Amino acid sequence: MRYVDEFRDRTKADVLVKDIERLLARMKRDESRPLQIMEVCGGHTHSIFRYGVEGMLPKSIELVHGPGCPVCVLPMGRVDDCVAIAERPEVIFTTFGDAMRVPGSRKSLLQAKADGCDVRMVYSPMDALALACKNPAREVVFFGIGFETTMPSTALTVLQAEREGIKNFSIFCNHITIVPTIKAILDSPDLRLDGFLGPGHVSMVIGDAPYEFIARYYKKPMVIAGFEPLDILQSIWMLLRQIDEGRCEIENQYARVAPAGGNAVALQAVAKVYELREFFEWRGLGSIDHSGVKVRDAYAGFDAERKFAVPNAKIADPKSCQCGEVLKGVIKPWQCKVFGRACSPETPLGALMVSSEGACAAYYQYGGIKRGRDDEASAA
Amino acid sequence: MNMISIPPRRSRGKVHVPTVTLAHGGGGKAMKDLIDDVFVAAFENPMLAPLDDQARIDLLDLAQYGDRLAFTTDSFVVDPLVFPGGDIGKLAVCGTVNDLAVGGALPLYLSCAVIIEEGVSIDFLRQIARSMAATAQEAGVKIVTGDTKVVNKGACDQMFITTTGVGVVAAGVELGAHRARLGDAVLVNGLLGDHGAAILGARGDMALQSPIESDCAPLQGLIASLLDAAPNTRFMRDPTRGGVATVLNEIAEAAQVAIDIDEAVTPLRDEVRGFCEILGLDPLYLANEGKIVAIVPPDEAEQAVEAMRAHPLGRQAAVIGSVVAGEPGRVTMRTIFGGRRIVDMLVGEQLPRIC
Repeated sequence: MRYVDEFRDRTKADVLVKDIERLLARMKRDESRPLQIMEVCGGHTHSIFRYGVEGMLPKSIELVHGPGCPVCVLPMGRVDDCVAIAERPEVIFTTFGDAMRVPGSRKSLLQAKADGCDVRMVYSPMDALALACKNPAREVVFFGIGFETTMPSTALTVLQAEREGIKNFSIFCNHITIVPTIKAILDSPDLRLDGFLGPGHVSMVIGDAPYEFIARYYKKPMVIAGFEPLDILQSIWMLLRQIDEGRCEIENQYARVAPAGGNAVALQAVAKVYELREFFEWRGLGSIDHSGVKVRDAYAGFDAERKFAVPNAKIADPKSCQCGEVLKGVIKPWQCKVFGRACSPETPLGALMVSSEGACAAYYQYGGIKRGRDDEASAA
Repeated sequence: MNMISIPPRRSRGKVHVPTVTLAHGGGGKAMKDLIDDVFVAAFENPMLAPLDDQARIDLLDLAQYGDRLAFTTDSFVVDPLVFPGGDIGKLAVCGTVNDLAVGGALPLYLSCAVIIEEGVSIDFLRQIARSMAATAQEAGVKIVTGDTKVVNKGACDQMFITTTGVGVVAAGVELGAHRARLGDAVLVNGLLGDHGAAILGARGDMALQSPIESDCAPLQGLIASLLDAAPNTRFMRDPTRGGVATVLNEIAEAAQVAIDIDEAVTPLRDEVRGFCEILGLDPLYLANEGKIVAIVPPDEAEQAVEAMRAHPLGRQAAVIGSVVAGEPGRVTMRTIFGGRRIVDMLVGEQLPRIC
């Protein structure tokens, strides 16, 4: 298949792995601990597991699976709000498939659907808008979730709804922004990361300038990375080269998709419809300043939060969860007390077990379990 | 006076209205007309014709095929009812025929129970019944008994079909997941995931035009050739819901062995790969309705593949992996990229990813 197979070429992968090994061998570094590289985005985590990339790397490179899975980091209280909206008889609640299984304090959207709520899976907010046109007597609510990657599409849908005068459509906005979250991770006292693989599709929208502070103030290198396995290997190699040469820069491996300046049209739509919230609650990380957006007053009619008085209750994460420590790379998923026991993909307790992009779910699904336990055993 | 009992000649009923109403489920003439006009007319065979409450099958007749009865049932609720490559009728026959055949049985007789939502068109019912009849003929089975119920609007989604099947297992044929041994080959008879992709495409809620057709087909012929060529075949299963990944996990679990497959040789249609790439799905978990996974001893693997490739339903048959030493119950895959990942059981339904 064109444009896919080229990025999964085994022989090219072998060459890159050899280059990575060579670089590592000549690098001057503290050999008592592995090099820790965080892939910020859940899409990367998924590819790494899907193609078995981690197992191809030398053991002295440790990949830390970051917070970039918007489904995972959604706090329970927000899921409760979704369910409360979906429970209104006039509402058709539409959502991306991924978000269906996220547990709330009472139930998930999947359970709400089973209990009779009209919850429908869609592939685009535009599908939800079309549903609103087709059902003028119902209120169609779209569950707006995701980082800057999905933000423009919901913003554009709101703008289109306004243009067409569609009144029975609104979005429940849970969009979050990645930069304050990376900053929060960098500010944490137990941080050990050596560098970042930057989120390719977020960068496609926002460009590379918003990351400059990472290199300048925190002295950490970042490579904006694509999502195919060769993209990931090449980005790791670029990151190692920076470390080897003592550079800290924001480099872009994914230039074929993510232009340096981002996407001006997308950014315009986002700025028109949304404004920053003072803070937003993250599952596993707590409240982070300016890390979420809300619908501007000018578009209040399309804001489900205002249209339906949502309870907006804060529900604390389960005490046993160590998602925050996993997210920061302090512990590996299998070192969490509840991993694979109280917390599994069937009955997720923590954020990272929720979506297939979550680090813990990926480990559970694609087999970090054994590797993890073995490593632990040999370390003990 | 000679007392000769002549069975009364039944006149066949006919439906004169365009759609099914609750009257067709009432047990009276309307119901009889519906059954006659739609089902008896299509299934046409002497065992069904008397419309008794049961079909009676001669045991001696069965015994000529083997020494054990195989018995299975399955319900079909597919949405949409008609999809590229098949419809609910074809599926209802294939599903049960294949469930018998993968156990090494020769499929012989089926029942057909239909639950119909009021308002369904009679012509559509006729179309589905004809499709069942044609598939039954292809599979060499007879539909010999059945049941028809009509329910209120909303109580079911147009129609549900349950088929139950009996077949006979030939003496000496012993199949079981627990029989898998180290070194055994894992075979499939062709391209994976077509049915799942065809159904998802046909639902039309993702605005993806796809040319993918369901692989829905009765497999008794292919399986007979396979068992002929590889008489020591350990086990077979049709990877329907949950796909090949789920079946391999079930085998690994039952036999307490590890299984390793190779992504590079796993037969997939480019269209299915593309479909999965766009939607973030994994083809290993997509349903198939005309495929088997077979565990075959290594020395019979080659002839098994050849025999399947000689059959129209096995042209792309391939060895996709083997039973290996490793953690019991574990299924792994060497990825196309050269890495290795675990292929686990699916938790719940496969949901598309956001980004």
